[in-house]
Amino acid sequence: MYIKRKAIGIFFVSVLLLAISGGQFYINAEEGRQGGHGNDAGHKEPPVRSAEKLSEHPLPEITTPKPPFSEGIFPCTSCHAGLEPNAQRRELGFHTDIVLVHSTKQRWCLDCHDAQDRDMLRLANGEHVPFTKSYMLCGQCHGPTFNEWKAGVHGKRTGSWEGKKEYRLCVHCHNPHSPRYKPLKPSPMPARPQDINKVLDTVGVTIENQTIYIPVYKK
Amino acid sequence: MDRRKFIKSMAVGAAATAVPLNQSDASFFDTFFQKYYREMTKEEKEEVVQRLEAEYKAKYGKDIKVGTEEHIPGVLFGYALDLSRCIGCRRCVYACVTENNQSRNPQIHYIQVLRFRRGTSEGEHWIAGASGVSNLEESVKYYDPPLVPQEEHFYMPVQCQQCENPPCVKACPTQATYKTRDGIVVVDYNWCIGCRYCMAACPYDARKLNWAEPYIPKEQINPVTHYLGNRPRMKGCVEKCFFCIQRVRAKERRYPACVEICPVGARKFGNLLDPSSEIRYIMAHERVFRLKEELNTSPKFFYFFSI
Repeated sequence: MYIKRKAIGIFFVSVLLLAISGGQFYINAEEGRQGGHGNDAGHKEPPVRSAEKLSEHPLPEITTPKPPFSEGIFPCTSCHAGLEPNAQRRELGFHTDIVLVHSTKQRWCLDCHDAQDRDMLRLANGEHVPFTKSYMLCGQCHGPTFNEWKAGVHGKRTGSWEGKKEYRLCVHCHNPHSPRYKPLKPSPMPARPQDINKVLDTVGVTIENQTIYIPVYKK
Repeated sequence: MDRRKFIKSMAVGAAATAVPLNQSDASFFDTFFQKYYREMTKEEKEEVVQRLEAEYKAKYGKDIKVGTEEHIPGVLFGYALDLSRCIGCRRCVYACVTENNQSRNPQIHYIQVLRFRRGTSEGEHWIAGASGVSNLEESVKYYDPPLVPQEEHFYMPVQCQQCENPPCVKACPTQATYKTRDGIVVVDYNWCIGCRYCMAACPYDARKLNWAEPYIPKEQINPVTHYLGNRPRMKGCVEKCFFCIQRVRAKERRYPACVEICPVGARKFGNLLDPSSEIRYIMAHERVFRLKEELNTSPKFFYFFSI
């Protein structure tokens, strides 16, 4: 009896899984069809790229922490208001901490920072976006990554698994001027079986407002 | 007088001689004769919670809340881990220890981060030569470089896989460990006899026994707990990851601690029955696999490569 019930259970679960995956494909197909303004039957519009579909498929409700500016650097206008924009590629007198390792040959400051409105970023089409929406700038080139970020696959989200989520901006993890993720110091390794008597204590380490307790070992 | 009460009164009678003085308070008998959690009524659970909270208050000098939140209808928890992103920093290991009140000494860790070398060079490689079998045995748990990730290596954190067909549950002689309706495999620590059959049955090395009385500094205790989750444990019971049951079943529907700490966002969590959840997006769009799939344990913990 028990085995029979188990078998029915397994059958039910597999049917359920099938239904789940089937349902997913169906939903995606629907979205795809709606993508290019499908309701106007006679008029055929050119395909719309996903980054441009934002108005119809709005970003999920996104809250992000403040952009990670260096100390005292923002607003840019506090210095740049009186300075003439200079698009020339040159050795910078200020901002010497910035090393551009991000398509360096194709890009210079004013390709992403707006020359007129100094506190804004500039998209390729000349539109302005604020620093709090810098993902619009990154998404121009990194389309697939941008899509995965919106879906919650790329990058870190915190908050609630069923409800409000807090996204991180691209620049919270990737320095926009040098985007490769920087290596970290790992937390201590667990005690080896022969070293279990060498655990001295645990000490608190605070990372992004979260305190975790890591072990300290005898030398 | 029913059987339980009869035995209890017999035991109380014998207690004067049989029980060591330091344990001869009422709490000891209530603990000894506590019912199976799954069979308790609401009132009985309430009683147990009150007793436990008083015990913990005496032991840790702190108000520790023991929750008994039920499963959420229509929810089956699933987890995904992006092996392309994981950098092996072990923050998840200690975020878990902190959140879930694991013993600091002797150490108990629910998460083990394994390091593999890319390709098929000697030692710690992912694919074992011609046999084509994944070689977890040669992975390295005790790596300690100054910086991670290291060139030519990748990392795989392993914890309880929350199997749909859990071998530990089949092995447990007292049914102390069981699968709840939201898919989390839990342990009723008071019902566990410490036989370690479940540890032998688990193919993922996810279960840990408290060999000694667990030690946690008083100021490091997390006071928000759940009966089936992170309440302080005792010597001789088995424990393991329970998807931070006290967080995910809470009203705020919080993410597990390991998801929140991961600096690269490699860890994803959600409801497998909700088509709009990120976990379902991953299952539909990414290359997903389950660890030791051939054992038919059917884990609800999915690994994937996003690149």
